[in-house]
Parts: sequence; structure tokens; C-alpha cells
Amino acid sequence: MMTPFPPPTPKEILARLEIFLICAGSLLLVVFLPLLNISGTIDNYTLNLWGKYLCYGILAISVDLLWGYTGLLSLGQALFFSLGGYMMGMYLMRMIGSLGQYKKPMPDFLVFLGWTELPTFWKPFDSFLFAAIMIVLLPSIIALVFGYLAFRSRIKGVYFSILTQALTYAAALMFFRNDMLMGGNNGFTDFKFILGQNLREPATQRGLYIATAVLTVGAFLICRWLTKTKFGLVQRAIRDSETRVLFSGYAAANYKLFVFVLCAVLAALGGALYVPQVGIINPSEMWPDKSLEAVVWCAVGGRGTLVGPIIGAVSVNALKSWATTEYPDLWLILLGGLFILVVLFLPKGIVGIPGMIAGAFKRAPKEEAPAEPAAAEPIVKTEAEA
Amino acid sequence: MKLRKFVALTSLAAAGLILPATASAADTVKVGVLHSLSGTMAISETSLRDVLLFTFDEINAKGGVMGKKIEPVVVDGASNWPLFAEKAKQLLEQDKCAVVFGCWTSVSRKSVLPVFEKNNGLLFYPVQYEGEEESQNVFYTAEAVNQQATPAVDYYLNAGKKKFYLLGSDYVYPQTTNLVLLEYLLSKGVPIENIGGGFKKDESGKIISAGKYTPFGHTDYQQIVSEIKQFAAGGKACVISTLNGDTNVPFFKEYAASGLTAETCPVVSFSISEDEFRGLPAKQLVGQLGCWTYFQSIKSKANTKFITDFKAWLKKSDVTGIVKDGRVTCSPMVLSYDGVYLWKAAVEKAKSFEVDAVRKELQGGLSFDGPGGKVTTQKNMHLTKNVYIGETKADGQFKILKTFDGVVGEPWLKGKFKAK
Repeated sequence: MMTPFPPPTPKEILARLEIFLICAGSLLLVVFLPLLNISGTIDNYTLNLWGKYLCYGILAISVDLLWGYTGLLSLGQALFFSLGGYMMGMYLMRMIGSLGQYKKPMPDFLVFLGWTELPTFWKPFDSFLFAAIMIVLLPSIIALVFGYLAFRSRIKGVYFSILTQALTYAAALMFFRNDMLMGGNNGFTDFKFILGQNLREPATQRGLYIATAVLTVGAFLICRWLTKTKFGLVQRAIRDSETRVLFSGYAAANYKLFVFVLCAVLAALGGALYVPQVGIINPSEMWPDKSLEAVVWCAVGGRGTLVGPIIGAVSVNALKSWATTEYPDLWLILLGGLFILVVLFLPKGIVGIPGMIAGAFKRAPKEEAPAEPAAAEPIVKTEAEA
Repeated sequence: MKLRKFVALTSLAAAGLILPATASAADTVKVGVLHSLSGTMAISETSLRDVLLFTFDEINAKGGVMGKKIEPVVVDGASNWPLFAEKAKQLLEQDKCAVVFGCWTSVSRKSVLPVFEKNNGLLFYPVQYEGEEESQNVFYTAEAVNQQATPAVDYYLNAGKKKFYLLGSDYVYPQTTNLVLLEYLLSKGVPIENIGGGFKKDESGKIISAGKYTPFGHTDYQQIVSEIKQFAAGGKACVISTLNGDTNVPFFKEYAASGLTAETCPVVSFSISEDEFRGLPAKQLVGQLGCWTYFQSIKSKANTKFITDFKAWLKKSDVTGIVKDGRVTCSPMVLSYDGVYLWKAAVEKAKSFEVDAVRKELQGGLSFDGPGGKVTTQKNMHLTKNVYIGETKADGQFKILKTFDGVVGEPWLKGKFKAK
């Protein structure tokens, strides 16, 4: 006779509940929303909006993995997001073919600038595969070089933030120039086809949405797995006390470099899916305020939780979509007020609310509280506390 | 816990997105207003929202369009270009607006263009632009380059100017305008060494960019102004400026400080209208030129009525946050106003709100006696209208120096003017 299973501890119940919720959420995003769209319950406009929000969600995850888990507040994640977008945009521009304003087999702005033949570096972007490789490769090379120099020089804290912000600002100014041959201020727009499919068809947009949802869930799961490994422990140790990590014999710089490059790739993938869904990419996407916005989504949702940034990105942007229509004159005040409230009263963001409520009612001991941001708990005391 | 929260919140948000689109009445027609009411462009674009709401009220008071009251759907593009596309989608797909009035920057127009083409919508675009575009879904009440830049050059040539310095902000409108102006000046027999600002050439030696460019928000104009001073030393020189927004403040400050004046070397600016003087010190610009298809100082019955009615409307307006004092009128505002009336005329002639029917009437040639004089629609979705050259006065108004009557709007100008 087998012994009966011991009754699950509250911790195990929570863990099971969490897995159940992750599965339910993933199913909802990847399967149910598109099905509801096919049946007509959700219109194309709304599904397209969700695709856009989820792209922002992926960007926010990349900010969270850096900021919430490694303590690197990057104010330049929008740069990698935009680079991914630009690489995808170059492919989409080539797919317009001769259907542009000038009816020439070249992007309109190149015709305008007097080019009679396609510049060399544009040529390989006829291939989707090449574009896909560049979406991953270019941001990771830039992140690798920048990260190597920054982390080797032990640049951290606010200096790292300032440098990343300067990096994205410099890139925005560069892309702004017409002679960069990347469309200048107007950037890329008026896309028509992707992989032979008409971008204006609802089915194509639905496909893009599903790809975005899959990527969001995938990015979430990979980051979740990563932060639960030994690597994740070192990552958080670096966040809480880098000096001690160094003394323990870990090459902190290499860990940080890996996370930085990984986050750049994540952001770039989000950007690549963002562009065909919103239909435009231009240098204003890498303006420093875009990166700051991503940090705000992260803070609103709850940093150091991975699911928080997705919730933050979706809810802040949904609120923005709604408020810019309903209260076109007041929405900034609304949004600004919300951010102040979150900072003042919700230090753990939206995902911290259940914990706060439970804490207030039960005055529960620590391990019983549904402490979602368990990952965010410091595992090493900071120098200041020690 | 967190994901349940996620689902609840997001479905709430989604409900919020779907609900507002349900209310609709049979005796109204929905008209979209798509301008930036926040962000960097808000200072300019909010005025266009105001004038559009005024125009709708004026039309509604007289019975509306084909017996239907205009129901404005105002949204905020927030100076955010992807958001412009999202809002355009909403106005066309969700609200089913019969027509949309909106956009200021070229990039916002480029961003919404595919949306209008996909849904076969109709956008009225009211702000001077670079041309090189002709969509069946956009009606350009805006000034084309030949309704602003080339008449200004004609004026200068008539005044005996021989040397032209080109200066602008680095984006597509100034770049295009200056390339067209370069060809135009050469076609008028101005030698290339008399065109200042520098050129950029490609490997084959072809000029791909003419003039001097500074980024948005640039503040240090010392070197450029001293270059202009050197350029203007021989006399008979002038500056053609497509500088945008607040960079004009340091530029004109430096210009005045260097001793250059409107007498020795005048500057004509294409991006400064009466409305910009609400934020710019007009004193430093006294005597400098402007060129638009409307000035507030035009003396005509239609213009006086327009200004008086608009100001009276502002006084009693209850739009949140609307600025009531010190308001002026300017070309983009009047072109928005004209656009609404032209659309009304087209709808009533077609007896339909359908875009295809309305477009057919617009392309057939409709006229409207607006505050800036008579405007007539053309087959290429542009307007024939009067062009005025004005001199800046200390109160931020313009004294009209010259009028070009009935200039036909032409979007395709590059390569049109051949050097002699």
C-alpha cells in the first residue's frame, strides 16, 4: 500500500496556483484572444492594439531583467527596441517594391535623395532571413561593445543610466539625419507586405499578434527560468552587493554583460514585431523619453517580478489609448497622477497589491503572505544595511 | 494572484476601449479631429483643434451638413507618431468618421497615410508641407512649396536680391524645399556661387542636399550667423529660413546682435506665423518677412467676420483648458476652416457622405470664399489660393507687401525647374 501524499503546504499551493495562472494567462493571450477575433467578438482594431501593448510588454521585461534583477537601470532600452524595428523596417521597405509614391523599385526617400541604384547595405534586406539575423545580431553587437567597455570600467549606478541615455540620444540624432539613408525624421512607413502576405489583411495582423503573444510568453518563461537558476542568484547578488560578489570570485562584469546583451536582443525582437503592427518606425522611438516610459511601466507593474512589467506596459498603454480619446485634454494629468500614486502608495507596483491587502488584513507572518516578488527579496544585504 | 489581476485589469481596459464607440445618433455625422494636444507639437496644433470646433459650431448653428449636425470626435495624437496611426485607426474603424481633419508634421501624416488608404478614409491636411506626395485619401489644403517658397524667391528677385542663403532645421520639409529652391534659383539665372549654406554631393557629384541645417532645439547660431554676415558683406543678399519652432529664438537673437538687419539682409521664414508669435519675441523679427496664403491683417469682409466670430466663440467656449486671451489667427487655422467648408460643399453637392462621392466632387473643382480669399479645389487634391508676402511688425502681425493671386498648388516640384 502506498502512503498517501502529505497535504500540500501553503507555499506549494501558491506555487501550483502560480503555474496554473501562468498557463491560463498564456492560453488567453496566445489562443483565446485570436479565436475571439476570428469569431468577431474582438474587432481587428482591438487585437492590433493588444499586439502593440504586448510588444511594449517585451520591452518592459527587458528593462525588468536589467533593473529589477541585476540593478542596472538602463535608460536606453528603447534604442535596441528601435534597432530591431529598423532592421525589420528595412525588410518591409524592400517588400513595397515599386508601389511607392515614385513607382520606382526603391524606397521613396532614396529616390528623393537622388539615388538611382540601391545603396549596397540595403541590398541584402530583400531576404527576410537576413533581416531576422540582423534583428538579433546588430543590437547584440552594440550591446556587447558598449557593455564590455562600460562594465570593464566598472561603470555602474547613475553613471550607467546616464551613459545608456546618452547612447540612445546619440543614435536618435544620427538616425535623424537624411544622409544616414535610413529615412531621416520620417523613418519608414507605408509598409505593404510581409512574407508575401498583405499587411493590411486582418489575417496577417492576427498572425503578427499571435507571434507577439508567443514571444511575450516565451520571453517571460525564459527570464523566469533564468532568474530561478544559480545564474539568477548571482544576478541578484550583483544587484544587492556587487563588491561581495567580486570578493567571492565571480566575474561580475561577465554576468552583467550577458544580461545586457540578452535584454538588448529581447527588446529588439519586441521592436521587430512592433513595427509591422503600428506601421511606422522613426527616430522619435529612440528618444530618451521612450526608454523612461518603459521604466515607468516596469515600476507601475512591479519591478523584479517579470509579470509586473507586462501588466504595467499593457495597463499604462491601455489607459493611454483610452484617456487620449475620452479625456484628450486631461489625460496627461490623469497618467501623471497615477504614477505619483503608484510611487507613493504602491512601492511594489500593481502585482504588489494582493500582498499588501493580505498583509493589512492578516498581519501575516512573512512566509504566508503571497509574496509574489519573492525574487525581488534581497538575498544579500547591501553595504548600507550591513 | 498576479495573472488573475492581469486578466481582470486588462479586460477592464479592453471594455473601456470598446464601450465609447457604441453611442451614435442618426441625425449627426461623426467628424474626426486628430491633432496633438500634448507633447512638443501641442503649442501649434491645439489652435487647430480650437478653430475646427469653432467651425463645427458655426456650421451646426446654420443647420449642419446636409441636415446632419457635426459630431466632433476629438482625440489626442500626443506628438507621438505611432499613436497618430492608432488614433487614425480608431477614428475610421471604430468611430466610422466620415472625414478627419488633422496632422501637422509630415511624419504624422506619413504615419496615418496607410491607415487612410486601407480604410478609404478622407483626411484634410492643413499645414505647409514638402509635397512629393499625392494620395487619393488626403486632401491637401496645405501650402505646397510653390505656394510659399518660390513666390518668396520671386519677391526677393524683384527686390533686386542677388545672393540667397538657405538655412533650415534638419528634416524632410526644409531639405525638400531647399532642393526645389536650388533648382528654382538656378533656373532664374542665379549662379551657384551666389547660393549660400553649402551643398552635399554624392559620389557622382550630384547635389543631394542644399543649405545649412541645424537639429531641432539647436541654440548656438554664432558661427552660422557670422557665416551669413560674411556672405552678405557684398550686399544684395537675403536668407531663406525653414528653421522650425523655438530654434528661431536664439537664431534671431544672434542675428540682431551681429548687426544684420532686415534692411541689409532680410530673412524670410516659412514656419513662423502669427500663432508662433504667441511664444516668440516679435521685436527681434521686426521687418523680417513671412510668406503664407493667409495673414490675420488681410482686409476683407470674410476675414473680419471670421476673426470676430472666432474670438466671440472663444469667450463663451467651455472646452477644457482652452486659451481665451491673446489669441490670433494664422494660415494653418484658416486652411483648416476652409477645409471644413470645402468638405461640406462637396458632401452637399454629392448628396452623400461616402468618401468616393465626396472625393469626386472635390476633384471636380469647388470654390469657397474664405478669410484668405477665394480657394478652389484641384484634381490633384490640392488648392488654388492666394499667396501673400508680409513684413513682421512689433505686435506679431504682418504688414502685407505683395499678393500673388490664384496660385495653383503643385506637389511634384523636384526636377521641374531646369537651369538655363
